[in-house]
Amino acid sequence: MDGNLNALTTIFTEFYYWVTVVFMFLIHVGFCMYEVGVSRRKNHLHTLMKNIMIIPLVTVTFFLFGWWIYWAFPNFYIFGGSIDYEAGAANLPTSPNMATHLGDRITGVFWAAFLLFSWTAASIVSGSVIERIRSSALWVHAVLIGSVFWIIDAAWGWHYAGWMVQKLGYHDAYASGVIHAIAGGYALGVLMVLGPRIGKFASDGTPRDIPPHNPWMVTLGIFIIYTGFWGFYAACNVPLISPEVIGGQLTGTTWTATNIYLGPTSLGAITFNFLMSLSGGLLATYIVSKGDAFWTFSGGLAGIIGASAGNDLYHPIQALIIGGIVPVIAYKLHHYVERRFKLDDAVGAVAVHGYAGFMGVVIAGFVLWGAPSSPFEGYAAINPLGQFAGAIIMFFVLGFAPAYIVTRIQSAFGVLRIPPEVELQGLDFADHHAYENAIAEITSATHEHLKS
Amino acid sequence: MSTIGYSDWAVDLADVGPVYPFQGLEGLMVLVGVVFWLGWHVVQFRRESVELAEAAKNAKAESTKAMIDLY
Repeated sequence: MDGNLNALTTIFTEFYYWVTVVFMFLIHVGFCMYEVGVSRRKNHLHTLMKNIMIIPLVTVTFFLFGWWIYWAFPNFYIFGGSIDYEAGAANLPTSPNMATHLGDRITGVFWAAFLLFSWTAASIVSGSVIERIRSSALWVHAVLIGSVFWIIDAAWGWHYAGWMVQKLGYHDAYASGVIHAIAGGYALGVLMVLGPRIGKFASDGTPRDIPPHNPWMVTLGIFIIYTGFWGFYAACNVPLISPEVIGGQLTGTTWTATNIYLGPTSLGAITFNFLMSLSGGLLATYIVSKGDAFWTFSGGLAGIIGASAGNDLYHPIQALIIGGIVPVIAYKLHHYVERRFKLDDAVGAVAVHGYAGFMGVVIAGFVLWGAPSSPFEGYAAINPLGQFAGAIIMFFVLGFAPAYIVTRIQSAFGVLRIPPEVELQGLDFADHHAYENAIAEITSATHEHLKS
Repeated sequence: MSTIGYSDWAVDLADVGPVYPFQGLEGLMVLVGVVFWLGWHVVQFRRESVELAEAAKNAKAESTKAMIDLY
């Protein structure tokens, strides 16, 4: 770090990403509260543990290979591209940069920022499958989406040199597609094989509501997710960089924040648009759901997700309108798919993340048509066709398809779903009794002690 | 002798890179990490299979009804 300005920029960048990571931890806290609030009492502990253990499993695997994939796969294996071993070398788990290294202050926090996205992707899937999937089966999926498939899509479409950005003009600044569409598509692939919870559908196929056991915990959970989402937005930016370092077509000496493609934006812009798209989602879903609290809050989230692809460039009113339209369609689609295909998505994850993310990517192609996808020369401009192709790749190719295949394999080996007796009795039955027995024992022992 | 390669901080920090112990053994450490990760999956999967089989075998109508009513 030679020179005071360079030193200050490095320390600022290090601290900036560190703060975003702490904020993003709240997303996982919120997801846990949300899932536990939605689940029934007989499944609380397993629901919680299923989500919490995503943290260590995805962290370890993202360290071992996920991070390397991001740097090595931007052009693998499309249009004659290959694995970029040179770019990947510094990000291998054996690299000194992936450790306590006083000459590299950024890799650790940048890795962690991406890692928290990985947790989010896995956690989205976790919510939709509660109360009937085996934890071991879900944890395999968590590793696959968190440390393999989402990070492949990030290398392709969320990297300044990714082939989708270069060839398709793909633009997805705050991850409508690269996190939400893929996670929603992945959840759909798992759900189609896993099947509904017992009792979800009447004998004539009519879906039954399985209300959250604790709506207040659900509410608090989603508010905490909103809070963490602020950190997510900030983490998607490069906080401060000079045109010289970017090295593209930008001229002059004005330093800027950029999106992940190194295209200029600002925290001010995304603050406008985050809040306006949240507002659009809340307002529109309140109307369409007739004031249903569960869907109104989820609609707020879907509003942000729907506008996220272009929230670095949209006008706030555009963010508001897009944030209003997307959740309404997602809400309608959720109920249509539930009835038509007997799909039991316990938290509406496929709709809120998958459909909303897909639409968000496609809409950005029209609204930002012709805008540069990158500051580098020769890249395709943002366009509807490229965005549509990108949305298909995210939702179906890297999300739905691998999930469906892996889940079919798990099902064939009988390691996917818990036995029906256990599902009826609840996964926490043994723990519940152990808890009651422990209370009885300690209470009795304390009384004995008092007597003596 | 120092496991991190430095036994005092009389250095120019511009010249300092990695400072973790046992540099050069990164491959071995990663191998340990992989074994820990995969081993965990194996242990957890086996334990879960036993627990679910026992729970299914011991499920009783009355207790199941009580748990359902608990909501």
